[in-house]
Amino acid sequence: MINSEYFNEKSSSAPLAVFRIGFGLLMCYSIIRFWLKGWIETLYIQPKFHFSYYGFEWVKPLEEYTYILFMICGVSALLVALGLKYRLSIFLFFLSFTYIELMDKTTYLNHYYFISILSFLMLFIPANATFSLDNLIKRRSYSMVPKWTIDSLKILLSIVYIYSGLAKLNSDWLFKAMPLKIWLPSKFDLPFIGENLLQQEWVHYAMSWGGMFYDLSIPFLLLYRPTRMFGFLLVVFFHLFTKVLFPIGMFPYIMIMGSLIFFEAEFHFKILNFIKKFLSSISLLKKVLIKYKSHVVDIYLIKKENFVIALVSLFFIIQFLFPLRYLVYPGELFWTEEGYRFSWRVMLMEKKGYSVFKIMDKKSGTFFYVNNEDFLTPFQEKQMSFQPDFLLEYAHYLGDSFKDKGHENVQVFVDSYVALNGRLSQRFIDQKVDLYNEKESFKHKKWILPLNDEIKGL
Amino acid sequence: MLSLFFKNYLIMYKKLALLLFISLLLVRCGGSDEDSSNDGEVTPVAYDRAKMLVHWADKIIIPAHTAFKQTLTNLDNSTKTFVSSPDQSNLDDLRSKWLVSYKSWQHIEMFDIGKSEEIYFKSKMNVYPIDKLWLDNNIETGSYDLENANNYSSQGFPALDYMLHGIAESDMAIINKYTANTKYTNYLTALVNKMVTSTDVVINDWTNYKETFIGSTDNTASSSVNKLTNDFIYYYEKGLRANKVGIPAGVFSGGPLKGNVEAFYKKDVSKELLLEAMDAAIKFYNGTSFDGISSGPSLKSYLAHLNSTKDGSTLSALIASKLDSAKTQINFLSNNFVSQIESDNSKMLTSYDAIQAVVVLLKVDMLQSFNINVDYTDADGD
Repeated sequence: MINSEYFNEKSSSAPLAVFRIGFGLLMCYSIIRFWLKGWIETLYIQPKFHFSYYGFEWVKPLEEYTYILFMICGVSALLVALGLKYRLSIFLFFLSFTYIELMDKTTYLNHYYFISILSFLMLFIPANATFSLDNLIKRRSYSMVPKWTIDSLKILLSIVYIYSGLAKLNSDWLFKAMPLKIWLPSKFDLPFIGENLLQQEWVHYAMSWGGMFYDLSIPFLLLYRPTRMFGFLLVVFFHLFTKVLFPIGMFPYIMIMGSLIFFEAEFHFKILNFIKKFLSSISLLKKVLIKYKSHVVDIYLIKKENFVIALVSLFFIIQFLFPLRYLVYPGELFWTEEGYRFSWRVMLMEKKGYSVFKIMDKKSGTFFYVNNEDFLTPFQEKQMSFQPDFLLEYAHYLGDSFKDKGHENVQVFVDSYVALNGRLSQRFIDQKVDLYNEKESFKHKKWILPLNDEIKGL
Repeated sequence: MLSLFFKNYLIMYKKLALLLFISLLLVRCGGSDEDSSNDGEVTPVAYDRAKMLVHWADKIIIPAHTAFKQTLTNLDNSTKTFVSSPDQSNLDDLRSKWLVSYKSWQHIEMFDIGKSEEIYFKSKMNVYPIDKLWLDNNIETGSYDLENANNYSSQGFPALDYMLHGIAESDMAIINKYTANTKYTNYLTALVNKMVTSTDVVINDWTNYKETFIGSTDNTASSSVNKLTNDFIYYYEKGLRANKVGIPAGVFSGGPLKGNVEAFYKKDVSKELLLEAMDAAIKFYNGTSFDGISSGPSLKSYLAHLNSTKDGSTLSALIASKLDSAKTQINFLSNNFVSQIESDNSKMLTSYDAIQAVVVLLKVDMLQSFNINVDYTDADGD
């Protein structure tokens, strides 16, 4: 169905402007919030060690200069909102934000990944076509943009929702109401519903199934005009409700703001007019706006548009396929986590681990156990304890550390126990395998012991 | 045609969703149902954490502290008697009062909360091994500040252990040190005074703190239940497993460290103290009152409540039985851990493994059921 007719269609540029402003402001606020909570210090500067992404070990934290990185990120986000030097600022934002995320795997969140790829996509979207400072400076703004630019934002959001929904099609989620069955009863201190409703088993099942149906249907509800408003109300309700229940930061607001892209141009004109009125009430700004009134041109023409379309198509092909890579790995996905990240498996499982490392001298056989708190922060230790790639990287870090201290013939073993979605804890890693001798790769990690249970579904 | 089908599906789903939404609202407005006696069914309600906190405070924590205070008073009096007249019978009496008090201490070390936490109570009462050089220097110079963190390993029960059993080779020689030199009697008195005043501060604070403690039932990192649960786990893992068994047995160092045994100078009470600590842990987990007479809401019953919708209270009973297994293993050890380590360290390691088995169940399974995090990790989740 991909034909040049579709790619020639034009649509109002207003939705892009609203999206750009919303995105920029939310991102700027996110950075400020992160900064004010002191997380730059505790997550990126204090730890002695940082977990890296495979292939990105060269992305190192920058100690005090990390603050400069965050500053660049926050300022570029603000510039994106203002639409000042849009191409450059979204590029800087994409680079700085992605660098921040690559510095330490411990802080991986699906919605950080989402922001990275969204900001990448926005490089190719003419979001400064209208209502931006670039328009004032160039004295030119555009009332229409290629329709596919708006649609690509809709597609990305839909991918996130649909894959999240598909991820919920598993026996733990649907037939055991796990992990909600663990999380909801612990929220007993919520007013009205904490003491009673959240304790009920039927509520756990209702919310599991409801969440699944919501994820799978919401893109369609938003796309289809008659159900759009209802869909949007559902979006607001769902995300605010989950925000009350779980500590998920800015994610709900980003998704609520993002879903506005599905609305018609008239809706966005109303928003832009509202902002315009507000800005005009500040007399100084009004003068600037009048003086720099831009000349409205009909259509924004993207340079080398065919090349850009090809690039964006490739981007989406990757986005469709990447979450499916778990299929090539054996074993239980929730257990081995091979292919778990970057697949929109959001708030899907409750996994806790206890991993203690044993350093042994191969020749003499003497050994000792390591105190993790000597090497890792509590947050890092928590993340490390149930994710195999973390365990491997940490094993190497320990091996190297002790070798540097003068220990010889260093071998690293781990006593690791993990509980998944309420099952009794069981041994996670083969305690007889010297992890210091194992290398990281894309291949399956054979030293992960199998889960003595089966989770059916996707 | 496809769009028509699509349209109908959406309209139907829209109605269903609306229905679900409204029904959820209705149920919510219907109010809570704490009283299950009406319908004869057990309606799952939130576990009464407030009741558990009250039981912990009234029947376990405060009585344990009160009992400890009494033993400390006896220790104090005995010290005064010995100091005024250092002889064999007074030394023997002081030693026995020390042991009684040390055993009583095992029942309160885990409650590192409130004032205890604030004044680093357990660091002032039971850090071992002592720093012998530093301690000797304190005695010699007579100038030291027991508040200072540098002196944590020169005070408390381990320091008394040294003062009563370790400053010389024989009892005669020990008594001579006290008669010959006021430096020793001064330091001894100072140590006991410090222990008494610290204990008083903690106990007195509980009269006020109890209200705060009982009232803090929410599911946050700083609430009483979360803190005390983490305290219990931390104590079991570090204070009991590592300090009393693991470290001396060489689990963390590649070779045994005999000098790190609790009550190193007395030597033959190491097992006694460990068993006392295990009893304290077992009683707390099971919710047994300090006087052993009654029992009440506890971590065990909380777990049983949460897992009641699973296949029976497997986890709560499993932890209880593994705790008992650990105790059984410990009983096979010699009274004197130093000689146990020297003669057959593998038995120490077996006990360690048995104690360790409970750690996994506590830190992984129990905390997962409660949905409490170990320590405070402040970050967004996903």
